[in-house]
Amino acid sequence: MSNHVSTYKPQSNIAKWFDERLPIMRLVHDSFVDFPTPRNLNYLWTFGGILTFCLVAQLVSGIVLAMHYQPSAADAFNSIERIRRDVNYGWMIRNFHAVGASMFFIAVYIHIFRGLYYGSYKAPREILWILGVFIFLAMMATAFMGYALPWGQMSFWGVTVITNLFSSLDSVIPGVGTAIVTWLWGGYSVSGTTLNRFFSLHYLLPFVITGLVILHVWALHVVGQNNPTGLDLRLKSDSVPMAPYAVMKDAVGMFAFLILFAWFVFFLPDYLGHADNYTEANPLVTPPHIVPEWYFLPFYAILRAIPDKLGGVIAMFGAIVVLLFIPWLDTSRVRSTKYRPIYKWFFWLFAFSCLALGYLGAKPADGVYVFWARVFTFYYFAHFLLVMPIVGLIETPKQLPRSITEDVLGPGGGIPEGAAAAPEKR
Amino acid sequence: MAAELEDTNRRDFLVLTANAFAAVGAASLIWPFVHQMNPDAGAQALASIEVDLAPVKEGQAITVMWRGKPVFIRNRTKDEVAAAQKVPVSELPDAEPDAKRVKAGKENWLVTVGICTHLGCIPKGQALADTKGEFGGWFCPCHGSHYDTSGRIRKGPAPRNLEVPPYEFVSDTKIKIG
Amino acid sequence: MRNTVRGALVAVALVLAPAAALAAGGEHIHYDRQQWSFGGFSGQYDKAQLQRGFQVYKEVCANCHGMKRLSFRNLVQPGGPEFPAEAVKALAAGWSNKIVDGPNDEGKMFERAPLLSDPILGPFKNENEARYANNGAYPLDLSLVAKARTIEPTAPWYTHIFLMLRDIATGYQEAGPDYLYGLLTGYVDPPKGFQLADGMNYNSHFPGHQIAMAPPLAKDNFIKYQDGTGSLEQNAKDVSAFLAWAADPSLNARKRIGWQVMLYLIVTTLLLYLAKRRIWARVAH
Repeated sequence: MSNHVSTYKPQSNIAKWFDERLPIMRLVHDSFVDFPTPRNLNYLWTFGGILTFCLVAQLVSGIVLAMHYQPSAADAFNSIERIRRDVNYGWMIRNFHAVGASMFFIAVYIHIFRGLYYGSYKAPREILWILGVFIFLAMMATAFMGYALPWGQMSFWGVTVITNLFSSLDSVIPGVGTAIVTWLWGGYSVSGTTLNRFFSLHYLLPFVITGLVILHVWALHVVGQNNPTGLDLRLKSDSVPMAPYAVMKDAVGMFAFLILFAWFVFFLPDYLGHADNYTEANPLVTPPHIVPEWYFLPFYAILRAIPDKLGGVIAMFGAIVVLLFIPWLDTSRVRSTKYRPIYKWFFWLFAFSCLALGYLGAKPADGVYVFWARVFTFYYFAHFLLVMPIVGLIETPKQLPRSITEDVLGPGGGIPEGAAAAPEKR
Repeated sequence: MAAELEDTNRRDFLVLTANAFAAVGAASLIWPFVHQMNPDAGAQALASIEVDLAPVKEGQAITVMWRGKPVFIRNRTKDEVAAAQKVPVSELPDAEPDAKRVKAGKENWLVTVGICTHLGCIPKGQALADTKGEFGGWFCPCHGSHYDTSGRIRKGPAPRNLEVPPYEFVSDTKIKIG
Repeated sequence: MRNTVRGALVAVALVLAPAAALAAGGEHIHYDRQQWSFGGFSGQYDKAQLQRGFQVYKEVCANCHGMKRLSFRNLVQPGGPEFPAEAVKALAAGWSNKIVDGPNDEGKMFERAPLLSDPILGPFKNENEARYANNGAYPLDLSLVAKARTIEPTAPWYTHIFLMLRDIATGYQEAGPDYLYGLLTGYVDPPKGFQLADGMNYNSHFPGHQIAMAPPLAKDNFIKYQDGTGSLEQNAKDVSAFLAWAADPSLNARKRIGWQVMLYLIVTTLLLYLAKRRIWARVAH
């Protein structure tokens, strides 16, 4: 899979017998034990492992919840109450899953911003990046359908609003939009039929995500990780074996992340949710403010910033589709923003724009809020379509270190060129 | 050299402890996920039921549902009780005296789970018009097991007597099953 | 001096403009935060308070409101009011809202007294009947009301991020009970000139200020407890706590286990970090 020669040596006769038939241990050893990892990775690089944990956590807690959940309009809300009240540790598993979704998105946003800052999308990691965007899309679809399942007021009306968006296609081809919406609903309004199919797809998509993640990790291991300097691995001293160095660091990052996770699961389980979702869905009563979950808010703000319905839909999807083209939009010769003095300002402006859009997505869509949503939506697209191409061409990057080793140890520091970090004797 | 060896030992102990802590946490996470499959509080609340026996006259029988299973409650006549007590225990395929299957002072009341111990059918004998088999108790139509007035297997392929569930009299006319 | 005054006025305008935009979008009512025994990281329900709260529910609220997601047995289990099982069995047997069961041998549905395992039903069979009996207003089921209500911040927009961080740091999840307490103690005289619609009551803490529910508790009409204490405020506090428990019966276990988990995670993270440094010490840096 990766480009270095396998160093796996089976330790017993059984291991040797197995290795000749299904070299799984060899694969694990070459990809995750003896894999050369840049020695200068910071803790932002632990989020890949954290995301894998989140995926597994959601899968396990979700499958267990599905043992008790009833996906019908009459019973969904009550079955979740039964889980919260009667099922042994049901309250805890349900909190894992609900908070876990938010944690998944916190981690993925940090992971994405890490990639944007250090240029991890640039050649030869374009496919890696594109797979990541697909994973992000699949995550959003999964989360959207998952939020429908409790069948509370926000579940019902959130689905109604977002699925109704497709009717904007009527202005392109008359009737097409409405036909698509009816097809999604399975009826003439959002109903138990819609809920049932959302449950089926919500169960399916995480396994699609798992497949995409496998491809994502495969693509990563072919080209190797990026690192804060953006330089390629060159010297032997540039890297350390993944186990135990990077694995241990991943463990620290993961447990630190779990502290945040547990904080919400045990002390603030409903903080990231919405009170209206504790009221059962009522098709005859619309809540005063329909708000999606926090991780969708920036895109919701972009949707509402455009006065035209179809324009808003195109902008919202466009905001994600544009991510696919970043490897080609960015013209910089260096990867890492650490060495890009002009772009750095724009990067932080972009990060601030995303936070601002998130805040505005929760506000009513009128007055001063819409004005600022338009300002930041403009900047969001300008960042990818104008800043990235132009700044890369006109900027003079700072002096890069000659190697990763030099970046860590200083010029000529410590270890003579060619020497490796002492490998662990096993 | 000695310092390096000491260093290795200390490092390994710390690493070992840290990994052990992590592993213990992961292991303790397993129990809630296993325990959630056990009966929940709602099912446990229905684990025992109370039955009012006052409306059941002598010679009558009722069937109640307990934990998803039918339970036969029969108010046996004096003849039925006598017949049950007279049978020599050694003759029984599943030897059990009648006294062990009823409560002292309340021998007329027989409470058994209404599931044939052969392959799980529900024996006939509760309704007045039902055949009661050759021994006056119950008859299982699936494979021809005959139960007597104490619910004991007398003839046929069933290996054991009808199960007597845990129950007690909470008053003269009320029992609690389970 | 004039420039300073002008500058100050501009600053004030900048502050008020977003707040005004907020007000234009809908008034945000201020709710006082109460002290709850179950608030914060170490909070737990006060059993005695939950019992008093249930008394208020039973004697006042249950006349119109059911709690169908609660069963009578919940009143017995640990972490709640923990009434003795025999008392609750008797309460259930005497509960005026019967359980519909059947069909019986004649094929008819019939009503019977609730058992411990049955839900605590209100007087109305369904929402339509409830509305019909209450001029179109719906006395909602109270099982989850303490989680289905929240409070919007009334402070200026630029403080919101700090308020959020404060709430996360202190584990504030009592917006529901705070709202309920404000509502129950909010039946005051309307301000001069307020147009009250027919059949509605003025409430300072209800969004829109007009509520169909007549004051369930008043200064001269409240529940006196067995020990002689009791007041409007105490009733309101106790029943809000009881409703908080009804919506979140696992809180005691959740916070207790939460402490154990947090301690374990902090210790283990520290150990892993030290182990990581130990391992990385082999690599020069």
